[in-house]
Amino acid sequence: MEKKLGVFICWCGSNIASSVDVDKAVAEAKKLDGVVHAENYMYMCSDPGQQKVKDTISEKGLDGVVVACCSPRMHENTFRKAAGSVGLNSYLLEIANIREQCSWVHQNNKPLATAKAVSIIEGTLDKVKENLPLETITIDLTKRVCVVGGGIAGIMSALDLANAGYEVAIIEKEPAIGGHMAQISQTFPFFQNVPQLLQKKIEEVNANPRIKLYLNSEVDVLEGYVGNFNVTIRTQPAFVDPAKCTACGKCLEVCPVSVADEFNRGLSRRGAIFRYNQTEAARIPVLMQSDCLYFSAAEVADATSCRACADICPEQAIDLDSIRTLNDEFVGAIVMATGYDLYSPLKMPEYGAGQLPDVIDALAFERLLDPSGPTGGQVVRPSDGRVPKHVVFIQCVGSRDPERHKAYCSRACCMYTAKQARLYRQQVKDGTAYISYMDIRSDSRGFEEFVQQGMEQENLVYIRGRVAKVIAEGDYLRVFTADTLSSRQMEIEADLVVLAMAMEPKAGTRELAKKMNVTIDGDAFLSETHIKLYPVESSTKGVYLAGCGQSPKDITDTVSQALATAGKIQLMFSNETLIADPLIAEVKSDVCSGCGICIEICPYGARLMNNFTRISDVNQAVCQGCGACIAACPNKACELINSTSRQFIRMIGDFAGKAEAV
Amino acid sequence: MSDSKFEPRIVGFLCHWCTYTGADLAGTTRQQYPAGIRIIHLMCSGAIDVVYVLKSLLDGADGVLIGGCHPGDCHYQTGNLKARRRIALLRSVMETLGLDQERVWLRWISASEGRLFAQTVREYDGALQSRGQNPLADEWDL
Repeated sequence: MEKKLGVFICWCGSNIASSVDVDKAVAEAKKLDGVVHAENYMYMCSDPGQQKVKDTISEKGLDGVVVACCSPRMHENTFRKAAGSVGLNSYLLEIANIREQCSWVHQNNKPLATAKAVSIIEGTLDKVKENLPLETITIDLTKRVCVVGGGIAGIMSALDLANAGYEVAIIEKEPAIGGHMAQISQTFPFFQNVPQLLQKKIEEVNANPRIKLYLNSEVDVLEGYVGNFNVTIRTQPAFVDPAKCTACGKCLEVCPVSVADEFNRGLSRRGAIFRYNQTEAARIPVLMQSDCLYFSAAEVADATSCRACADICPEQAIDLDSIRTLNDEFVGAIVMATGYDLYSPLKMPEYGAGQLPDVIDALAFERLLDPSGPTGGQVVRPSDGRVPKHVVFIQCVGSRDPERHKAYCSRACCMYTAKQARLYRQQVKDGTAYISYMDIRSDSRGFEEFVQQGMEQENLVYIRGRVAKVIAEGDYLRVFTADTLSSRQMEIEADLVVLAMAMEPKAGTRELAKKMNVTIDGDAFLSETHIKLYPVESSTKGVYLAGCGQSPKDITDTVSQALATAGKIQLMFSNETLIADPLIAEVKSDVCSGCGICIEICPYGARLMNNFTRISDVNQAVCQGCGACIAACPNKACELINSTSRQFIRMIGDFAGKAEAV
Repeated sequence: MSDSKFEPRIVGFLCHWCTYTGADLAGTTRQQYPAGIRIIHLMCSGAIDVVYVLKSLLDGADGVLIGGCHPGDCHYQTGNLKARRRIALLRSVMETLGLDQERVWLRWISASEGRLFAQTVREYDGALQSRGQNPLADEWDL
């Protein structure tokens, strides 16, 4: 049966009416096939305007409506809601965009703009004719969360979610949570003690019965969709049973292995069994399989395998035959708090990192400042343990260098360099701190004052210019640079050089993003849905972002984002079920040949082969309605609901111009 | 159709997240462009079916403009790259058949590039002015 169609043309004051002859448009619309009502009004979106639409739908029994007005991005919802309130299925109403894409862009040609508006209305009517009434899709919601990454971002969002009453699983790759924040000594701009701040939060995590920690763990497989994710977690064995271990430390003494300690950025050595860091939570030793002689010997036949730690343990807490485990967590939402790595200083050979022991990166300098660090908080040279009298801090190393390294600014370096230089000067009263900078970016509360105080109170010497190279000369380092403000070449004899390396996404982010179906940008940072309005939502529904995995930021911004993420998830969990848009793909089962091309092309894994019918099904909760499978289907066996190929072909017929030419 | 001036008819297939929004921005910022374009909204440029392109040309359109997100910006991850492959293939087939490839344009225009959208339509309109009416329109009747 042919639909009874209504057309409502908005003047939008003079916005539309000044370039489109709205009376003529109504007259033309009335001539169109199926139209039983057409009218125009000054502001169709106003209350009286909406009332006109509602009244007409009821009086004339309309079963299809076109509102010709502004972009559907503005008022599609307004009018669909109005239609729904008088019993017309809201999917039977469509917007003809005659403002943004007609009246505003053809302001000086009323006849052509009017003709175009009529043609847009005609095409939209042809779409409405074939629109089906639809209901929203309901999806089950599991109110549990998985947080990937146990740095400060992961910790803060997990705590908020757990305190709101939801169960949270934190997946942490390292043997302890805390992330890079555990390596840092003090904060800017108020010199607060980081280990203390962090320890408190770690204790809250450990004390919270709703938070489950998976240490030494990574995401193995992600299946499912928003509200219903199944995360398979792969956990490497810890080898040390925390229930038996008394942290006596005997095993640490007997281990014959000595390798550089990553946590201390190579400033100290550790055994294959070691304490991951100095926090209370990490007092139980962990055994690194890749460093341990027991495991390397296992690969060589007849080699005597070392069991020194297991043999000496008075509690028999070490089981060298532990194996890795797989666990499943069924959750409704996921937080990606994957964090960052510092860009490798080895990629800057001109600064001598890797060859010159007294050229270190900024995190190594943090370890020197930490009272529980390898030097007990004394700033000394890694090479000879001497207190450095001249320290050169180089900013933007690897950042803001689009030709050779990273194009972006790493955001935190200006401030932490100022902090490090100030802490150094507070410790070494007769020392000099030089800071080589491009620009000083101190753009948050208290930041500018912090830098200024450094210059005035601690006499930090800021030199604007990029360092060309650093070479060893005798027992000091010669730094070649320039002062671009006075246009002078400069050479500085330094005892220690600290590189503020760029931040880059944690190694493995690219692979993990693929697993989690989250898009990344050119630098492999996880990308948000919208930089302004949806800053913590990833491209996959139900997967949220927090921290430096999304872009470089300081602790303040990381925590803000983590809490925003927790808030977003709580908002989602405030409903009992989820509602999804029904404008998704649909399969004609009598046409589908089961070739599977759609399954390969679907970016969301929403197309699945039904092993019984050999027909490709659509997972309604996962499908985002992009239409990729429809264009790819060789048999035209799938269609996007209410955007079918028949509808497109009809619209093309209206728009391509042949009808008008005849 | 008036005899005075040839007004090329363009059918535009614009993706929801970038180019359609960019076209809206062209309006909001009052960029002016020729009125011969008619816009069809797609969720993603990856949903462009070559049938739609050919049907537009057979139905009399002088040009078809497909607009998608810049590579790497696709809301659906890789839809624009699928469109790029598909349109490249279509254009090579068109060339083989002796059809004018310039009847199909694929352009990346983001949601913030309203000016670029208007400029692209003007440019395409100019290109089609010099090529004249689409000859397919008179030869085929489907």
